[in-house]
Amino acid sequence: MALKNIESVPGGPGEPGSGLIQLITADGVRVPEPAYDALVADIDGAALQGLYEDMVVVRRIDSEATALQRQGELALWPPLLGQEAAQIGSGRALRSDDFVFSSYRENAVAYCRGVDLTDILRVWRGNASSGWDPFAINMATPQVIIGAQTLHATGYAMGVLNDGDDAVAVTYFGDGATSQGDVNEAMVFAASFQAPVIFFCQNNHWAISEPVGLQAHVPIANRAPGFGIPSVRVDGNDVLACLAVTRQALARARSGGGPTFIEAVTYRMGPHTTADDPTRYRDANELEDWAAKDPLKRLEAHLDSRGLFDEAFTAAVKAKADAVAAELRAGCLGMPEPAPSDVFKHVYSTPNSWLDRQQDHYERYLSSFADSASSDGSS
Amino acid sequence: MAGVIKEFRLPDLGEGLTESEIVSWHVAVGDTVELNQIIADVETAKAVVELPSPYAGVIAELHEQPGTVVEVGAPLVSFEVAGPAGAPPSTGSAASGGDTGAPAKREPNLVGYGAAVEKGGRPERRARRFASQLSGGLNPAGGSALPGLAERAGSAPMIEAVPAVPAVPARPAFEAVPVAPVLEPAGPLPATPVRTISGERPRSTPPVRKLARDLGIRLEGVPGTGPGGLITRDDVLAAAQVASASDGVGTGGGVAPASVISSPATFIPAGAQDTARETRTPIKGMRKHTAAAMVASAFTAPHVTEFLTIDVTPTMELIGRVKESKAFAGVRITPLTIVAKALCIALQRNPTLNSRWDEAAGDIVQFNYVNLGIAAATPRGLLVPNIKDAQELSLLELAGALTGLTERARAGKTGPADLSGGTISITNIGVFGIDAGTPILNPGEAAILAMGAVRRMPWEYGGQIALRSVMTLSLSFDHRLVDGEQGSRFLADVGAILADPGMVLTMV
Repeated sequence: MALKNIESVPGGPGEPGSGLIQLITADGVRVPEPAYDALVADIDGAALQGLYEDMVVVRRIDSEATALQRQGELALWPPLLGQEAAQIGSGRALRSDDFVFSSYRENAVAYCRGVDLTDILRVWRGNASSGWDPFAINMATPQVIIGAQTLHATGYAMGVLNDGDDAVAVTYFGDGATSQGDVNEAMVFAASFQAPVIFFCQNNHWAISEPVGLQAHVPIANRAPGFGIPSVRVDGNDVLACLAVTRQALARARSGGGPTFIEAVTYRMGPHTTADDPTRYRDANELEDWAAKDPLKRLEAHLDSRGLFDEAFTAAVKAKADAVAAELRAGCLGMPEPAPSDVFKHVYSTPNSWLDRQQDHYERYLSSFADSASSDGSS
Repeated sequence: MAGVIKEFRLPDLGEGLTESEIVSWHVAVGDTVELNQIIADVETAKAVVELPSPYAGVIAELHEQPGTVVEVGAPLVSFEVAGPAGAPPSTGSAASGGDTGAPAKREPNLVGYGAAVEKGGRPERRARRFASQLSGGLNPAGGSALPGLAERAGSAPMIEAVPAVPAVPARPAFEAVPVAPVLEPAGPLPATPVRTISGERPRSTPPVRKLARDLGIRLEGVPGTGPGGLITRDDVLAAAQVASASDGVGTGGGVAPASVISSPATFIPAGAQDTARETRTPIKGMRKHTAAAMVASAFTAPHVTEFLTIDVTPTMELIGRVKESKAFAGVRITPLTIVAKALCIALQRNPTLNSRWDEAAGDIVQFNYVNLGIAAATPRGLLVPNIKDAQELSLLELAGALTGLTERARAGKTGPADLSGGTISITNIGVFGIDAGTPILNPGEAAILAMGAVRRMPWEYGGQIALRSVMTLSLSFDHRLVDGEQGSRFLADVGAILADPGMVLTMV
């Protein structure tokens, strides 16, 4: 009960309240926000349509992957339903040489980075210990250890400083991760070295089954100034606002202004993962409240009000989503089984004679089963 | 051209689950389904989830009925899909079991839990650990006390299942480590979730957890009095006292049937440890909690039970008339509905029954509202969810509230809020065909009313003997704060309403 009270305080950790940057309301109305309007002045109707398509496509990727898990094709999947705007808005603000360090839920950010769809699923299918080459898309593979990626991002950003480059490291994490020591340490170092890193916190209200009010009695964004890091609280279901605040933070980092903390106030509308049942700990009314603030619906309403939501557009978006879903499914089902010797890959970045010897031994051991040689050597 | 039959086997829907229960089918044989169309609701130990169809095609066979518990990897549904040319590439997918009749080469469980689920042997994570402790501790040389278990533990460290090991050797393993594991539930959860009430591990601190472990107290059953429900050292010590008290006296007195109807109560059959002639179930979890609550109630509040047998024929006739009235169309009206209403009315005249003895504060708390607890048989066992502010509800609203409460309870969805804050309870033992009992108070409440079965019996009516509908009411009350006079008046009032519903006019 006490938690409820905290939640209901305007501007409390859960409630969008004072100081929340919003450019498009839940009803789809564009509202002026002088400090940020200029940052998105270039986002015309076509660009907004592009953001909308992105959000539809990633929602479809998410639902298709969830279905694949239910069909036994994936071991697990962490849905991002409801967080599309926070991830697409920030993800689309990045330059290709910026580097992303994310948790396991930022599949929409990975989509923005141009990840191969099949690569998203490798780990969740149990076919590989990581999904992609981080340097191919300048995004590290998802971090499962809560909050650890913030340290990696800060370290990377310190490296950028040493290189004299103007790329920015962006790290994504949730409200629960802010209770982790790693995140706090990362913020201390980021501030100390004025490293070009953006802490992008998606406050989705639930750290698995713990409500945000349990861990944060004030808005999470309020913590950052204590570290000497400027922060901003943005409506995480408003893709345009997320784009604007991320651009602002990027500009600050590129110009030597150091780190920024962004709290995107959003909502995890689905379960923590496919192995979770939120109905056991979450009030259905809360979900209903947030469904009314759905990031897709509001952009839909906004585009519609500007005459940008005609049938041709929706049909094209649907076709794109269908194609992506089909590609994702085909990539999942067609994924080759890993070879036993794959475990030796990616251990060292350079050849290692000791490891090569082990691999050689292991392969000779496996070949001693040549009679029953089948693909199930891995089981 | 006839299509190809594709069999879909039950996948592991959570992380490392071995079985699921089919809640309902959304499709029937012959239905055409699209890819990802929801075909069934399935309940695992973790969640109720929707199953999307893995194929576009026609349902050829549903292999199991709703209510069946299906093992992961067992056939669930067969689809007839378009010919081989158009077959999706999932045909050979190992994870879903593919479409061959041959045993799947890889286990359906993807996440590395790796348990080979042998017939009859359910995964048993704890047992294996005990086995390895035993083999390591008592038989350092990997001796022969438990050859089967020890060998498996040693040779296959990743396998968490105890396959079909004879049950007998498993017993010594538990006895050798008498302290129950307190931090996690043991492996084989029943198909219905039992942890829904608490939802999470009880809050406490490591020293308190250690104390509980040393005393053999399961924290799940200990009410926490610290901030935010934190279980304190004193709570554990109190629970230990209650437990030892119950050892002495708990089994003696002939406890009435109604006694089980209190607090969160459930009984989990622990099938894994059966021996040939007797079954031993560790006293823990909900059962332990219930026992502690019962002992606390029975030996703290001096119980008095009174009985009243009445001719409820007019009430039964009233129910018949109400059912026919338009306002009550489709509403479930039963004797319980009327008894609940009568109780609320009688409480207005006898508020003492709706109170609580607050020992700590030295106060008697009289509630000016009625949170009416109803004992309900649920998948988790017997629970007493309550209807908030029942005194404010009309008969129609009360009927709706009772139906909602019952349905939630039956569906296993009774929430913690439903279970807390009760002020008085009704237990309907009549549904079991029982006439009367001496119900034990729901802890903290001053009264509980048991309603017996409505029987057609020869009864005095109009100076003659006639066949009438007769019911016995049993009322237990806490004699510390309710005197015989007040209890009797209350029971008489309830009886008077049931014997002649028109008497309400004289009471309100």
